[in-house]
Amino acid sequence: MSVKLNKKIAAVAAGFLMTVALPGAGLTADTIKIGVAGPHSGDLASYGLPTVNAAKIIAEKINASGGINGKMVELLIEDTVCKPEIATNTATKLVSDGAQMILGGICSGATKAALPIYLDAGLLVISPSATNPPLTQSGEYPNFFRTIAPDDAQAQLDVDFAIEKMGYTKIAVIHDKGDYGKGFAEFAKQFIEASGKAEVVLFEGVTPGQVDYSAVVQKVKQSGAETVIFGGYHPEASKIITMMKKKRLDATFISDDGVKDQTFVKVAQENAEGAYASGPKDTSNNPLAQQAVQEHKDMFGTDPGAFYENAYSAMLAMTNAAANAGSTDLAALKKALQTVPVETPLGSITFDEKGDAIGVGFSVYQVQNGEWVELK
Amino acid sequence: MDYFIELFFSGLSRGAIYALIALGYTMVYGIIGLINFAHGEIYMIGAFTSFIVATILTILGLPLLAIIVLTGIAAVVWSASYGYTIEKIAYKPLRHAPRLSALISAIGMSMFLQNYVLLAQTSDFLPFPTLIPDFAFMEPIAHIVGSTDLVILITTTVSMIFLTVLIKYTRIGKAMRATAQDRTMAMLVGINVNRVISATFVIGSSMAAIGGLLIASHIGQINFYIGFLAGIKAFTAAVLGGIGSIPGAVLGSVVLGLTESFATGYVSSDYEDVFAFSLLVLILIFKPSGLLGKADTQKV
Repeated sequence: MSVKLNKKIAAVAAGFLMTVALPGAGLTADTIKIGVAGPHSGDLASYGLPTVNAAKIIAEKINASGGINGKMVELLIEDTVCKPEIATNTATKLVSDGAQMILGGICSGATKAALPIYLDAGLLVISPSATNPPLTQSGEYPNFFRTIAPDDAQAQLDVDFAIEKMGYTKIAVIHDKGDYGKGFAEFAKQFIEASGKAEVVLFEGVTPGQVDYSAVVQKVKQSGAETVIFGGYHPEASKIITMMKKKRLDATFISDDGVKDQTFVKVAQENAEGAYASGPKDTSNNPLAQQAVQEHKDMFGTDPGAFYENAYSAMLAMTNAAANAGSTDLAALKKALQTVPVETPLGSITFDEKGDAIGVGFSVYQVQNGEWVELK
Repeated sequence: MDYFIELFFSGLSRGAIYALIALGYTMVYGIIGLINFAHGEIYMIGAFTSFIVATILTILGLPLLAIIVLTGIAAVVWSASYGYTIEKIAYKPLRHAPRLSALISAIGMSMFLQNYVLLAQTSDFLPFPTLIPDFAFMEPIAHIVGSTDLVILITTTVSMIFLTVLIKYTRIGKAMRATAQDRTMAMLVGINVNRVISATFVIGSSMAAIGGLLIASHIGQINFYIGFLAGIKAFTAAVLGGIGSIPGAVLGSVVLGLTESFATGYVSSDYEDVFAFSLLVLILIFKPSGLLGKADTQKV
């Protein structure tokens, strides 16, 4: 019995040694190792896997054309399941495996947990999807960049649109009490107050699914607001805008990308006409975006998923910076990212000193004849 | 003052909406002492039936009045048959089981119906056709009371009168009251209790179907989940007014609607539910059987 057990242990130990020994073999070749961290299993896998695909596509393209300054790109793909406690383990593993740059952090929470480990190791991190504002704005993570606009960018854009472009001075801010809607509404309120040119005449939350919103609409009317900024999703937005029209309230309606959805127009019908909402900039006319989608179809046979274009752009920015910097030293990479523009599916981008991509963001759309039209 | 009147009518029409649903809760409770949690779903099915029929009839190009009448009839018939069937499948076999069994069965039925509509139809929100036009004569006061509000208020009043007459003066109404008072005794004097119970479900479901039709055309959208919150609020209203009492259900609904409306208007809509449920707790502390409920301890 004990002999058998010993044999088993020996076999397991041998297997373990072999797996540990394997990465060591890679060190001899001259490669640039890019760690890809994100949820590759679990319920948020659909947010992480498109990034892996984007990384594979670009790595293959670069390697086929001779690598970055002659060095082949090697991907180290590790799962974080979007859980902070696992993301720290993943980060430690990637650092010890010799990763030189990191593509990822998909979820803000898991990314934040892993960032100090990457920072200690001096690794550049570019996320395609972590939108939590402090990740860049706090200045705590000088190694962190992202190719998606932070959460407050939409609120800033909508507030600028309402105050600067439309000249409104009395604004009602309404939200659906959810994380997303309320977060947006609080940013909007903060920006309106900071502007000094307009006042928040009403700040209220409504209960999603409530049978009707006529009382809150009456309250908006009483407040004398010229526009309603709404944070939330399209079901409540279409109910509120329908009730605004029914109660003959002629304030305009401005909302977020949870509302900028064709369902909103379909459900609110003619009441939706003229409503404004911010949403990601339309990239469908960008030839690089079309090419990126086509490459995905060629390699994987399907349409790409969430954050694919952001991930594609992040990978391009990262590899481009490495080529321009001539090394993977963090200071050199940062300088390249901040100074050399790179053509991506999201347009031509550079990064500001905090790490947010300049030129990536949101546009204001308006419902015109039953379609969302981007306002230039 | 204008603001007060606006809020008053907002609350009144919301209360009327609750009342149409609350009537079904209170009638069923009055007759068999069961809280029919699937009632909110009957309302949702009424709205969906109205949506399908109204869409088809609109495509066929019928005049608006014909569409409203035919849609109403279809929704009532379809929902009533659901109410009838639910009672036969989920509640009748449990009539002599402990009360809790029937209650669990009702909750199960509610979940079943929600998911059934989700799978058979869609999880998306659907645009409900504008069945009630903006009346020209309402235009001067449209910012206070809309045309749909008016139709809801009138329909609720008519339904209420119809129900009162039905229960007070007809044979089936007398049988219902007898069954509510004492089921065994009613059976002994020759009342077909099963038929009375079925009739109660059919009438309650019809009311909910009318509610579904009106509310859907009021707010202009439906999905499979609308029955949940509306059902909870209507149930609250029924308890507030005294469950088992028909005038109580209407009074409770109006009180609840007005409370929510004024709480939103003068305090904050963040707290409308806090006010609504605080009111419920207060009333139940001082009058445990509700505003118009009979203090009838043997039922509980």
